[in-house]
Amino acid sequence: MNQGGLVAALQGTVLRVLLPVGLALFAGGLILLVLGKDPLGYYGYVLQRSLLRWGGAQETLTRMAPLLLIAAGLIVAFRAGIWNLGGDGQFLLAAVASAALAPVLVTVMPRGLMLISCMLAGALTGAIWSLLPAVLKVRYGVNEIITTLMMSFLGTSLANVLIKLVLRDPDTTVPQTRSLAVDDRLPRLFGTTIHAGLPLAVAAVLAVHFMMTRTAFGLRLQVQGANRAAAVHAGFRVERLTIAAFALSAALIGLGGAVEVLGVWGTVRADWNPALGLLVVPLVFLARFNGCAVIGFTLFFSALMVGGESAARRVGVPQHYVLVLVALLLLFLGVVEYLDQSRRKSGGP
Amino acid sequence: MAIVAALSRVTKRYPGVVALDDVSLDFHSGEIHVLLGENGAGKSTLVSLLAGMQQPDEGTIVVGGDAVRIDSPRRSMDLGIGTVFQRVLLVQSLTVIENLMLGGSWLRPLARAASLRRFGELAQLLGTRIDPDARVSGLSLGEQQQVEIMRALWRDEKLLLLDEPTSMLTPQGVADLGRMLRRLRDQGVALILITHKLLEAYEFGDRISVLRLGRLAGAVAPQQLQQLTEAERTDTIIRMMFGIDAGGAAAAADGHEAELAILLGRKIHEPAVIDRSKPPLLSVRGASTLPDFTETPLREVSFDLWGGEVLGIAGVDGNGQKHLAEMLAGQRSVAAGELLLGGVDITRGQVPERRLRGLRYVTDDRLGEGTVSTFPVATNLLLKEVGAAPWWRHGITDWDLIHRHARDLIRTNDIRTPSELTPVGKLSGGNVQKVLLARELDAEASVAILNKPTYGLDLHNQRLALDRIGAAADRGVALLVISTDLDELVEISDRVGVMFQGRLAGIVANDSGAVDRIRRLMTGAGAA
Amino acid sequence: MSALLTEPFLVSLLFGAVTAGLPLLLAGLGEQISEKAGVLNIGLEGMMLVGAYTGFVATYHTGSFWLGFLAGGAGGMCAALIVLLLCIRSGLNQIVIGIAITVGAEGLTSLLHFVQFSRSYPRLAAAPALALPGLSNLPILGKGLFSHNPLVYLTVILVGALTWVFRSTYLGLSLEAAGNKPAALDAAGVDVVRTRSIAVLCTGFLAGLGGAYMANVGAGIFVPFITGGAGVIGIVLAMLARGRPLMVMVGAALFGASLAMTTALQVAGIDVPTDVVQMLPFAVVMAVLVLFGRHSMLPPALGTPYVRGER
Repeated sequence: MNQGGLVAALQGTVLRVLLPVGLALFAGGLILLVLGKDPLGYYGYVLQRSLLRWGGAQETLTRMAPLLLIAAGLIVAFRAGIWNLGGDGQFLLAAVASAALAPVLVTVMPRGLMLISCMLAGALTGAIWSLLPAVLKVRYGVNEIITTLMMSFLGTSLANVLIKLVLRDPDTTVPQTRSLAVDDRLPRLFGTTIHAGLPLAVAAVLAVHFMMTRTAFGLRLQVQGANRAAAVHAGFRVERLTIAAFALSAALIGLGGAVEVLGVWGTVRADWNPALGLLVVPLVFLARFNGCAVIGFTLFFSALMVGGESAARRVGVPQHYVLVLVALLLLFLGVVEYLDQSRRKSGGP
Repeated sequence: MAIVAALSRVTKRYPGVVALDDVSLDFHSGEIHVLLGENGAGKSTLVSLLAGMQQPDEGTIVVGGDAVRIDSPRRSMDLGIGTVFQRVLLVQSLTVIENLMLGGSWLRPLARAASLRRFGELAQLLGTRIDPDARVSGLSLGEQQQVEIMRALWRDEKLLLLDEPTSMLTPQGVADLGRMLRRLRDQGVALILITHKLLEAYEFGDRISVLRLGRLAGAVAPQQLQQLTEAERTDTIIRMMFGIDAGGAAAAADGHEAELAILLGRKIHEPAVIDRSKPPLLSVRGASTLPDFTETPLREVSFDLWGGEVLGIAGVDGNGQKHLAEMLAGQRSVAAGELLLGGVDITRGQVPERRLRGLRYVTDDRLGEGTVSTFPVATNLLLKEVGAAPWWRHGITDWDLIHRHARDLIRTNDIRTPSELTPVGKLSGGNVQKVLLARELDAEASVAILNKPTYGLDLHNQRLALDRIGAAADRGVALLVISTDLDELVEISDRVGVMFQGRLAGIVANDSGAVDRIRRLMTGAGAA
Repeated sequence: MSALLTEPFLVSLLFGAVTAGLPLLLAGLGEQISEKAGVLNIGLEGMMLVGAYTGFVATYHTGSFWLGFLAGGAGGMCAALIVLLLCIRSGLNQIVIGIAITVGAEGLTSLLHFVQFSRSYPRLAAAPALALPGLSNLPILGKGLFSHNPLVYLTVILVGALTWVFRSTYLGLSLEAAGNKPAALDAAGVDVVRTRSIAVLCTGFLAGLGGAYMANVGAGIFVPFITGGAGVIGIVLAMLARGRPLMVMVGAALFGASLAMTTALQVAGIDVPTDVVQMLPFAVVMAVLVLFGRHSMLPPALGTPYVRGER
């Protein structure tokens, strides 16, 4: 590709990515105006609070850890043509599992080993929770959108039951699991409040990217996701691949839940549900399932969340507004994609 | 006879190709006008213009004396044009009468009685006996086509357009269709029959127009057709279709098939010398498959295949050929019977294992299952080798090596593509097939199954494909070629087997008189 | 155990089953219309939520429950309009747009609720109930089944009406064709996009209606995320019912019963933790999918946009 072509391609990509973001922020701003709030003030406050202040920046980066792991899980699933929409349930149950295990294990093994074991437990829990939808899809062709969503609801309720009835810490008034001491949680990095889960999450995303683009397994998943009949024709073990994709996707999301508990909270409270499973979907689509791009978009989204929480208190715009922005992002992404495609079909540049 | 419709200097362009170029045609009532041409000659485009699916870029369409713009199927119907498409367009889950009632105004209640009456009229006109309350999914392809014809005539259409109507029919079905068409013609309906089969054109056509590469290469009016001798007529048409002078066509030597072969510029087959005392490379014994929606299952099929020979499989589409191909490849398991590859029992073997032992499968569904159309040519060329050395070491992909390999194959197989990174879906049909053939007919192939390898290709690419198949046979590969094109099978096969209702009705040696024997087997009339 | 067969328990269960099941029934019927025509509406939950909000606001300001239902239906239709424009007319991915609608509806309704009602959290007066003459005097069944808001009875009639439309009208045939083989419908001269658009708008109306019922009659109040998975259950019901509205009703009744189990058990004096009981409806869905999943048949053209004469 010549120099001019490369520049044009880059320009095209940048436009295709930034345009939906810009449009979404703009449309969201209009909604704020209608509701009597000042959009520029809101956006400015969010930016300042989340990135321009050191405390906020640390918070933003810390928040990225579970988001990145969820994104990694979704990339695996979506590239394989599987709609894993059960992230919330997988995340929560994994969090509960590691929160329950940690205080027990910390008494019998050194911190490092305990942390690794709990993270593995989280990943395993997530994978197990995806087993039923996976088998139903492979054996009977049952649409996984429905099954993963149902398992998500089921998982959220189950988590509550476990916390309130089985794993409850008798010493607290608010129902929660036994707390893990701050010293026993994931170590902080270089004197900041950012815990070791973040580099782990970044590594996971990059590893997933490498796997998808440079390994035989990743290629098989992509082929199956793009054209299942071709996968059968090429002799892939499609059933095993489907289950593997499900398990890997859910394990990564479960790891996200474990990391969040082991790094930040140390416990899981009843009725706690950050509900990140669906919110990460547009980020993954915006990044076109590219691991490196996803990191950038996750930073953007994390800043939005952190800043938005603060803004909810100070500027009077509730956190739910972020949901609106996410929806607008998805919608404008779709529109821009469509315009781009129809421009290409009619023989554009 | 009156002109019911006409095309006047019509041109239609698609990106990169001119499908129709300044074409003018007249369609008279009470006449069967055959449009003859190879694939890619522009016939389908013509159908879509008259049916309201597309609009011409230049020129006009005239119906009933007025220039019209057919911008939707509804408009086409309103103008009195009925279209029977190549692929069956019936809603499988509804009954026959419900399909025929489709299109009524939503505000009115279902006019069942009136519809049944019309059904009765048309059934009598066409001479068919179909239960109006039968579900479409239970009808045979021939019966479904009859329903399609009814649908096309539902509102007393004056012009009936049929696109390649005989591809799915048994010889008996073809005869029935012919009778039906003549009845309609005698009623005054104008009929347009699109086909690429010369013999059909003779049998059905009152007037024959030949399309070649989007242009009208020539026409033979009814009076001319009746006056010419058979040989002269054939000569004229061949010249128009291929732009060649067949010359001396009448001096055909031994039998019908030789004449045909010469006429169409095909070579006559030189039978290979096969040493059948050696063990066969492929042995199939009593293979049967389970029935499913798609087509007839296999019933106790047995045959042997030796290296260096080409076994053609003839038969009307849907008599078990797809099951046969998939069963041999390993994509469909056998319910009974066994399979031996190089003497080894591979009945339970999966696709990768069979491939490892030298079995190759060129599917007819090139873009649906043979390739991933959004992926680059390079990846598609190695689709069945994912994970294998030397392109993958410990599961890690060596993209440089893969691309170099692709460039080699592209060069040696003359695959026309901008680069090895181009998505395979962007290639023309002929080049996609070159990709498949390059991938499957590699050096390690010992047994190759090819399903309709020349379907949809233009003449040039057909020749290339057949040459590659011949070359593989010369190398010692055992080849099974499934095709609905009898002429092609006769050209390349050493023996020809015929599939009929899931059974291998017989295997015929490819010598003189083979064509007639094959034809008889195709209708189910006795074994060889 | 004997506490389960007492009148208070059974009445509470039946009454609760209908109240909880009606929104599921409406959503399921709506989704069935879309699915028949080949449109997969993942955003059903979002449509219900929008309907719940608009319905609540309308009834709050006017005091009329019927206006509330209409407003709810209209709200759902607005959300469905997005599917119409982006998916059916423009061919965008139905699943991505569906997620966008649900997430967007959650955000937007919560936002609007915060702006309007977060200080006051107003409640509506009790919804009018129509006791069917004669039938409402039956023991247990009378109070459980026949003393509901008139929308319930209308919906039951709707089930019959839809069954008739699907089987015996041109519209029903067109819907079936649009989902099974849209090319056939196009060749018959019927506009596929128009057919699917009408289907989706009907779905939006019914879903919004269900949402409005949930807020106005079921709860008497709007809280953010009030629908809590009802839309998803509606999709499941439509999938399993295979084109028969009656089966949607049966399914909705079953799920409604499991949702109503908590209150009914409390009434019976049986103490089961609410969280365990809350798991029940979703566990029932999974069990049904495991047992009957292989029978869920989806129309062949589901989820794929129709492009005429695509090469």
